[in-house]
Amino acid sequence: MPSSTIRNQAYGWLLLTPAAIFLIAFTHYPAIATLGQSFFSESTVIRPAEFVGLENYQIMLTDEVFWKVVRNNIWYAIGTIPASVALAMIMAIWVNGKLAGRGLVRMAYFTPTILPMIAVANIWLFFYTPDIGLIDQFLSMFGFSGRNWLGNPETVLSCIIVMTIWKEAGFFMIFYLAALQSISPELEEAARIEGAGRWYYFRRVTFPLIMPTTLFVLINAVINSFKLVDHLFILTKGGPDNASSLLLYYIYEVAFSFFDEAYAATLTVVLLVTLAIIAIGQFLLMDKRVHYR
Amino acid sequence: MKSVKRYMAVMASALSLLILSSNGALAATELTMYYPVAVGGPLTKVVDGLVADFEKANPDIKVNAIYAGNYNDARIKALAALKSGDPAQLSVMFSIDIYELIEQDAIVAFDDIVETDDDRAWLKSFYPALMENGVTQGKVWGIPFQRSTIVMYYNKDAFREAGLDPDSPPATWDELVSMGQKLVKKDASGNVDRWGLMIPSTGYPYWMFGALTMQNDQVLMNGDGNETYYDAPSTVEALQFWRDLGDKHGVMPANTIEWGTLRQNFLEGKTAMMWHSTGNLTIVKKNATFDFGVAMLPAKKRRGTPTGGGNFYIFKKSTPEERAASMKLIRFLTAPDRTAEWSISTGYIGTRPDAYETDKLKSYVMEFPPAAVARDQLEFATAELSTYQTGRVRKLLDDAIQATLTGAKSPEEALGSAQDQADRLLKRYR
Amino acid sequence: MIGYHGIGVWLEKAAAWLLALLWISPLIYAFWAAFHPAIYATRFDLLAPLTLDNFREAWSQAPFARYYLNTFLLVTGILIGQFVLCTLAAYAFARFEFSGRNIAFALVLVQLMIMPEVLIVENYSTMSKLGLVDTISGIGLPYIASAFGIFLLRQTFKTVPQELEDAARVEGCSWLQVLLKVYVPLARSTYLAYGLVSVSYHWNNFLWPLIITNSVETRPLTVGLAIFGAPESGVEWSIITAGTLLAVAPLLLGFLLFQRQFVQSFMRAGIK
Repeated sequence: MPSSTIRNQAYGWLLLTPAAIFLIAFTHYPAIATLGQSFFSESTVIRPAEFVGLENYQIMLTDEVFWKVVRNNIWYAIGTIPASVALAMIMAIWVNGKLAGRGLVRMAYFTPTILPMIAVANIWLFFYTPDIGLIDQFLSMFGFSGRNWLGNPETVLSCIIVMTIWKEAGFFMIFYLAALQSISPELEEAARIEGAGRWYYFRRVTFPLIMPTTLFVLINAVINSFKLVDHLFILTKGGPDNASSLLLYYIYEVAFSFFDEAYAATLTVVLLVTLAIIAIGQFLLMDKRVHYR
Repeated sequence: MKSVKRYMAVMASALSLLILSSNGALAATELTMYYPVAVGGPLTKVVDGLVADFEKANPDIKVNAIYAGNYNDARIKALAALKSGDPAQLSVMFSIDIYELIEQDAIVAFDDIVETDDDRAWLKSFYPALMENGVTQGKVWGIPFQRSTIVMYYNKDAFREAGLDPDSPPATWDELVSMGQKLVKKDASGNVDRWGLMIPSTGYPYWMFGALTMQNDQVLMNGDGNETYYDAPSTVEALQFWRDLGDKHGVMPANTIEWGTLRQNFLEGKTAMMWHSTGNLTIVKKNATFDFGVAMLPAKKRRGTPTGGGNFYIFKKSTPEERAASMKLIRFLTAPDRTAEWSISTGYIGTRPDAYETDKLKSYVMEFPPAAVARDQLEFATAELSTYQTGRVRKLLDDAIQATLTGAKSPEEALGSAQDQADRLLKRYR
Repeated sequence: MIGYHGIGVWLEKAAAWLLALLWISPLIYAFWAAFHPAIYATRFDLLAPLTLDNFREAWSQAPFARYYLNTFLLVTGILIGQFVLCTLAAYAFARFEFSGRNIAFALVLVQLMIMPEVLIVENYSTMSKLGLVDTISGIGLPYIASAFGIFLLRQTFKTVPQELEDAARVEGCSWLQVLLKVYVPLARSTYLAYGLVSVSYHWNNFLWPLIITNSVETRPLTVGLAIFGAPESGVEWSIITAGTLLAVAPLLLGFLLFQRQFVQSFMRAGIK
């Protein structure tokens, strides 16, 4: 029916329009505009921006801080992703099984999800503060000397990572919990009759069955490793000597503390390209089995 | 189609829910002012009180004083407001933001606004050391308000315990080391229970470093804000000393020390001495459970400290009436009486000699002599690090300091590369 | 569970509890410091006196009432916007055959990866061109067309049997009536799930609101709290933790009261 097809076309696009306007205005347009801006020089009132081609990228390649935050971000990703996903899986299995006070335990795991990072960062600051902080007080009870956790470039990034894992694991646990509850109990029954051990059951049955969730959670974790920087504002401001700075925090610093929008745009392009590569990787990895469509 | 329209209407009203209506202005002139706070205590309350007094005295002027966070936040917010349609007419911002603000063509010089001889005399009524950061190109751009120097807070009880005279704190670098070592207290298993000294190295490391370099008779930049002296031999020496305090002499913890938690450390008795802003004086006084003293910073070749803190600026984007009203407000807030009050409730320096002539401050200083240390130290003070591209140039130094203190680089190496990069940034301003 | 016996089991249970304790400890500490005088903020003594002074102090030091209002306006505004926009778009993707649908859908999904947080620089300049810097709309607008919401609702709408729609059509319902009477009610649990995710996300969101707001009239709780507790002014944990508890109280309370629904909603949002 051609008339209904036309109506379908019109309605379809009409319904989509409001969302499309906002998506284009705040996602697609800025992504492209960022690329454009990266070819111009920094603009101040006295010195307007001018086209400089790839100069910003050349500067970036020689910018020690840039390489440092990239390295940090990679470590941050390596530190947070596997640990938080694995913990989330274990948590989900625990609170899905028989456990006294299961509700309380589940609540404890999930609570960090609903607390703002920026607020709890102050509490973590107390944990990490040398001498008077909780960790050092605890260590000194056993006769260990205190450590300058956030003031030492060797430990500071790990401290940030630990807090991020704390924040994320409970959130990811929920997805696993959902997946575990959708596994039919008969499977477990059957495995028991076969005499399968717990580890064997997990490895051969549970783990493969929750694989789609793992992929979904992994992607969230990867995105978060580029996005979660709130706690830096309170804990370290990226220091000491940029040892805990991450790409997005550096972008913020360049744009809103140095007022160099052009260079900030250049850095943003790197972030966008990284995310795009991850997106394509995800698409290839997931094939068509999982989630989308 | 009609239903689409209806739906759009629903959506529009939903969106308009988001938009807040601003309340209308009643007063003839309305001023918006941002200000930062970088020390402890209920400073916002004090500012609100002062502003309320002003409004009472000038019913035709309404002032929105907005607390914007730290110095960096205040600058960002004020500049952002300037770019958007709803600018501020004046603000308290970092005294060292001057070049950035000039480059953004954001502020006007006070010399271009003052009208009467009385105004001109007022411009000269502040301590000269406090004006240094507010003057360039032969004009005054910033009026001192919440200004400080670095002072040394020390725990007199700890001094007594270590067998030191609580009334003669270290006056030289050598004494700082030798007394500091005596003040370090260790428990049975050799863990440090109390450090001799802490100098904060996050937040504003370049500021603390400005004191060390000045004591070594070296400034960090020239008066035009387009040249830095990061790799001068005496600068390197000063940084080496800072690192040695932790690494070699063992009077201070190694690695960086957090600005924000330092006061707590001092109050908990975890360090016998700390270098910090005078702006913390009142709150330390309020919370200290031990006998404490305040001293000038020690000397190597001479005594020295940078001044610090915030100045008033008036923005270019303002009408003549607004500028006049802003002048009125600034003059009100910097009057000797108010300055005295401000100094007492915060610990910041009274910005002008005649503030110390007021009864209030006179009697306060009499009963609490530490309140005058920062002022007395002004004699040895220099300007705080401030250049064009100030955010970046400053960060270069901050990073170099932290890289040295954490042992990642040697002072020569760290400062040398900071100087190279600063040169690259500042070349076009020469 | 299979093979659930022996000492290993007990160890495992103990581990589960220990982990739970670790996970909740920041919150426990917040309660400790907030309800005790400042002197006990860094030392623990069971006999320490309780006090509400820290809350009084925090409340008087920052305009929390205003911050509550701002956050409330922000999350409700965003939620309403998201519900409307995402419903319409999801309905289009689920039930209308139009050319370019797949490409359009792929373009929507781009936002799952490139979230507004990443584009702060450019979005800031857009907002200042629109004159929306330092407005609550400015905080919310980049988020209201949510790819996640569109995606979730589309999945739900697709499970609605075509017969139900056809039946409604036969009764003479317009597409809007079909949407409101058939689809939306059937997707109620998805709305609840998505709503909870959205509210807790935006209640806690920080970076973008920090950048786009300048004044007390627009700052949400997170930004207000960050400024209030900025380490520059010297950390006073008792007052900061009191402020923190004030900021999270509504969400935390809601969570404790409706824990079951909360967790289940999050689970449902996770099920694809």
